[in-house]
Formats: sequence, C-alpha cells, structure tokens
Amino acid sequence: MNTSAQLIGLIGLCGLSIWSLFIGVIDMAPMDILRDREAFSLLAISRFPRTAAVLISGASLAIVGAIMQMMVRNRFVEPMTSGTGSGAALGILWVSIVLPAAPLLVKMMLASLTALICTIGFLAIVRRLPPSQPLYVPLVGIIYGGVIGAGVTYFAYQADLLQYLDIWTNGEFSGVLKGRYEIIWIAALTALLAYFAADQFAIVGLGRDRSVNLGLNYEQVMLLGLIAISVVTALIVTTPGMIPFVGLVVPNIVSRLFGDNLRQTLPTVALFGATLVLLSDITGRLVRFPFEVPVGTIMGIVGAFVFLWLLYGRRA
Amino acid sequence: MIRVQNTSYAVSGTTILSDINLEITQGVVTALVGPNGAGKSTLLSLIARINKAQSGQITVDDLTIGDCDDRDLALRLSILTQDNTMGARLTVRDLVSFGRYPHHRGRATADDLATIETAIDRFDLTELADRYLDDLSGGQKQRAFIAMTFAQNTDYILLDEPLNNLDIAASRHLMPLLHDLCADQGKTIIVVLHDLNYAARYADQLVMMRDGQVVAQGTPKEVLTAQNVSDVFQTEADVRIIDGRPMVIV
Ligand SMILES: Nc1ncnc2c1ncn2[C@@H]1O[C@H](COP(=O)(O)OP(=O)(O)O)[C@@H](O)[C@H]1O
Ligand SMILES: [Mg+2]
Repeated sequence: MNTSAQLIGLIGLCGLSIWSLFIGVIDMAPMDILRDREAFSLLAISRFPRTAAVLISGASLAIVGAIMQMMVRNRFVEPMTSGTGSGAALGILWVSIVLPAAPLLVKMMLASLTALICTIGFLAIVRRLPPSQPLYVPLVGIIYGGVIGAGVTYFAYQADLLQYLDIWTNGEFSGVLKGRYEIIWIAALTALLAYFAADQFAIVGLGRDRSVNLGLNYEQVMLLGLIAISVVTALIVTTPGMIPFVGLVVPNIVSRLFGDNLRQTLPTVALFGATLVLLSDITGRLVRFPFEVPVGTIMGIVGAFVFLWLLYGRRA
Repeated sequence: MIRVQNTSYAVSGTTILSDINLEITQGVVTALVGPNGAGKSTLLSLIARINKAQSGQITVDDLTIGDCDDRDLALRLSILTQDNTMGARLTVRDLVSFGRYPHHRGRATADDLATIETAIDRFDLTELADRYLDDLSGGQKQRAFIAMTFAQNTDYILLDEPLNNLDIAASRHLMPLLHDLCADQGKTIIVVLHDLNYAARYADQLVMMRDGQVVAQGTPKEVLTAQNVSDVFQTEADVRIIDGRPMVIV
C-alpha cells in the first residue's frame, strides 16, 4: 500500500479511536476531560485502556495470523482456530488450578508455553497432509482446536472454574481496566519484534528448501515464529479472550490487495487488524446500547462470511 | 571445487544414492542426465545441504557441507529446485529480490538493487516485474525463479531441470547464458537436463546417473554413446556426431 493511502487509513483509525473513547454508559464529551476530574479518570481507568487493548489485539492478532500463514504455507490457518487459542486457554486454566497464587507474568509464560506445544502439535499433524489439499489444513485445525477446547471445558468443569471459561473463550473488552490489562502491551512488543524479522518469515513462506538455499536457519525462524504466535495468542486469550478470524481475514485481504512481501505489508496488516477489531468493538457497544455484544461474537459472524468469500473466490 | 566422496543416502531404509564419488570440473557447465528417479535431484539436494547424507563427505572449496555456516555457503552456492509451487503471493521483483538476501540480510544496498534489475532484465522479465507470480504462466514463473538464483550471484550454481516449462526460445536463451557465465565469470554450473541434445549441445561435461549411481562422466562425446544411452535409458538410440557434438536421434 502506498504511503498516502496508509496515512489516510491511519488518520481514519485515529478518528475511530477517539470516537471509541467517548462511547459508554457514562456520557462524556471531549471537553469534559479538561473541566471534569471525574471524566478524566474515567478516561484513564477505563476508556483509554479499552481502546488501547482493542487496537493492540487487532493489530497483533493480524500480524501473527500473517506469519502463521507463511509458516504453514496455507492461507486458511490462523492461531485462534487452529489449536493455539485453545492451547492458551488450556494453559491458563491449568496454571489457575495448579499455581493459583503465581504472578501474572509467570501465568502468562506458562500459558504461552502450552499454546506453543499445542501449535507444534498442529504443525506436526498438518505436515503429513497432502499438499494438494489445502483445505484439509484448516479443517484439521478446527477439529484439533475443538478437541483441546473440549478438554479445557472438561477440566474447568472438574475444577469448578466454568465461569472463567467464558472470559477466555469469548473475547470482549468491557472488563479491560487500568491495572488489569497492561500485560497486553507485551503482545504489541512481540508483534513489533516479529516485524523486524518480516523478511525471514516471507522467505520461510517460500518453503524450507528455498530458505535453506538463502542461508536462513529455517528451524530457528520457525521456532521464533511459533513463539511469537503463542505469546500473542496467550496474552489475548487471557486479557480480552479469544477473538476468532482476525488473523485469518485480515492477512487474506491484505495479501489479495498488496501481496505477501511482509516487510512492506505487515504495517498494513496491523492497520487493517486494528481497524477491524475496533469497528467490531464499537458496533458491539452500539447495537444494543447500553448492553454490549462481545467482540468475539461479532468477529465470528463477520469472519464466517469473509471466510466463505475467500473460499469461493479462490483461484483453482 | 565441488567434491563428493563416498556419499550414500537412504530414506527409511531404501537406498537412493549409493557410494557416489564425483569431482565437478571448475568453471564449466556440467549436465547431469539420467532417467527419472535416478537420484539427480537428490544428489543436488545433498550438495546444497537441503538433505543430509548419512555417510560420506561433500566439500565446496574449503567448505564442508554439514559443518560450514549456512550463510557462508549461501554466498558461495545456490540451487534452483524442481518445485515451483508458491505459498506466498509475491511479484516477480519481490521474488528476485530475495535472491540477494544472503548478501544483505534485510537492508538492500544500491548494489543489490542493481543486481536485481540486471537479473530481471537478463531473463526478459522487465514487463512482468510487478506482476504476481500466481498470475504468470509456468514458463514465465520458471524464468523468475531462475532470475532469483542468478541474483544470488554465487560461484557455484545448481539448476534442477531449469528448462521445465520453458519454450524453445527461452531454453535457447538460457543455455548459452549459462555457458557465458562460466566462460566470463568463472562460475561452475551443474544443470539437470532431460533433453540429451541440449546436454550434448551446451554442456562441457556430462555426468550420467542411473539407480543412485554415477555410470559415466566426461565430455558429451565420451558419455553420450549409443551404448550408454540404450543401457541407461533402456531405449534403443541412434547417436550421430554433428559438428563434433553427439546428437541423439529421437
Ligand atoms: N523423500 C523421499 N522419500 C522416499 N523416496 C524418495 C524421496 N525422495 C526421492 N525419493 C526416491 O529417490 C529416487 C531418486 O529421486 P530423485 O532424486 O528425485 O530422482 P531424479 O531427480 O533423478 O528424477 C526416486 O526413486 C524417488 O522415488
Ligand atoms: Mg529430479
């Protein structure tokens, strides 16, 4: 995407973000922040953290989705629906049972590790699938994620933690408050670091043989990519909860429009991802005002339609 | 010099290459010929450290495959594999640019950009440079992959069936180009060819393989005898010498 279009997109996203700051049950106008201390603290405690979490989740999920599609060399995978998301939920549930008093950062690391193991399991399975059947890969992913998800539900039931399960499995941002969401900035940082390796992920997308030919340490780049995917997914599952399809839909649209030279396209991927999730979140807050529809639900609907469009629009 | 010593390779118990010993002549085009399944691609993949031999030693100059740094080798030797499937959606220029990756590791210099443009120009891709590879014909795609290998600008170049999908004009453009690269820039090229007449016409050296073994090595005239052709390819062949080069009548 050329820079002027990118600039327009960025300005649009800023506008949406500002709008997002002023949507909520407590009525607040932009000028109130200057006049009213309470309005300012509302902004600082709830509205800003929420908007930041939405933007970070959207951008980082879209980026790891693009990276995962390169690594698997398949357009139809994304972390939330192919085992990484359920793996993260399994991990966080497990540490909640075994180490309830552990610091948040430790819990996060263990959740990321479980997500990583589940993702490696997914890769090991899809590696054996026939390359001529690209649609087997997302199907296997959905089944694989479903099996892990069923395990999560079972353990949550056993441990009497079912009420938490919904927090992790259905993404929504109403619970995002200052002091409880900051960890998600690690997802932003991870996505940014992944951007610095954009060339390497693009080369991995050319396949193992070509990567080796170019002197890339293929296994190492794959592992780094898996770690980035797992960390971002785990952070998002534990903060807003699972948000499906962002990592699928956004990279596909950007790829159609601008290709897969990741160093050039990842900023656009981030921009589109943030915009999509912010629009979904704003929609979720407005359709049944003053009640909210979870962003995960909205993305589920939007994503399913775009997924169908991608399937039918696929070149043979 | 590329030197393959006592090299064997097996996949799950099945021997694919057995005890290969080979020295590739410096500074010339060597054509690797043999029937389907002879092990030509496998041999190239071992030299390019894409697969790992179970025994033996392969060296490229002072670099020992398996021990040397991957990047050092990527600056010395490049391979065009047979597979031209693409996962990523890239333009021709994007793809050719990745050939420079071992040199700049992320930040292309003016030199790199010039080499990329030269490669694009050399393979008649200027008009296609900004098109996506998925929108190109098989032959155009193949040219883009060759241009990428060319942009890597290594002393040793391995090409696995580069004439696949190429029309006669593109084939007759590529083969003399390989010859010139060797003659002018001292490169050493191994190219897998299916058409024996291309091998006879354009290669300086021939290596003939069958069933995972090297059965003959030498000049086209030495290797392409009626006897060898009928033994190795299991088909009667009439070989004639035209302008000092053998020619297989098909
Ligand atoms: N990954 C593999 N697993 C099992 N057999 C293989 C594998 N790769 C190649 N082969 C076998 O090795 C032999 C040589 O293959 P290859 O090197 O591709 O031959 P060529 O390039 O000369 O046509 C063939 O019989 C092929 O079936
Ligand atoms: Mg072959």
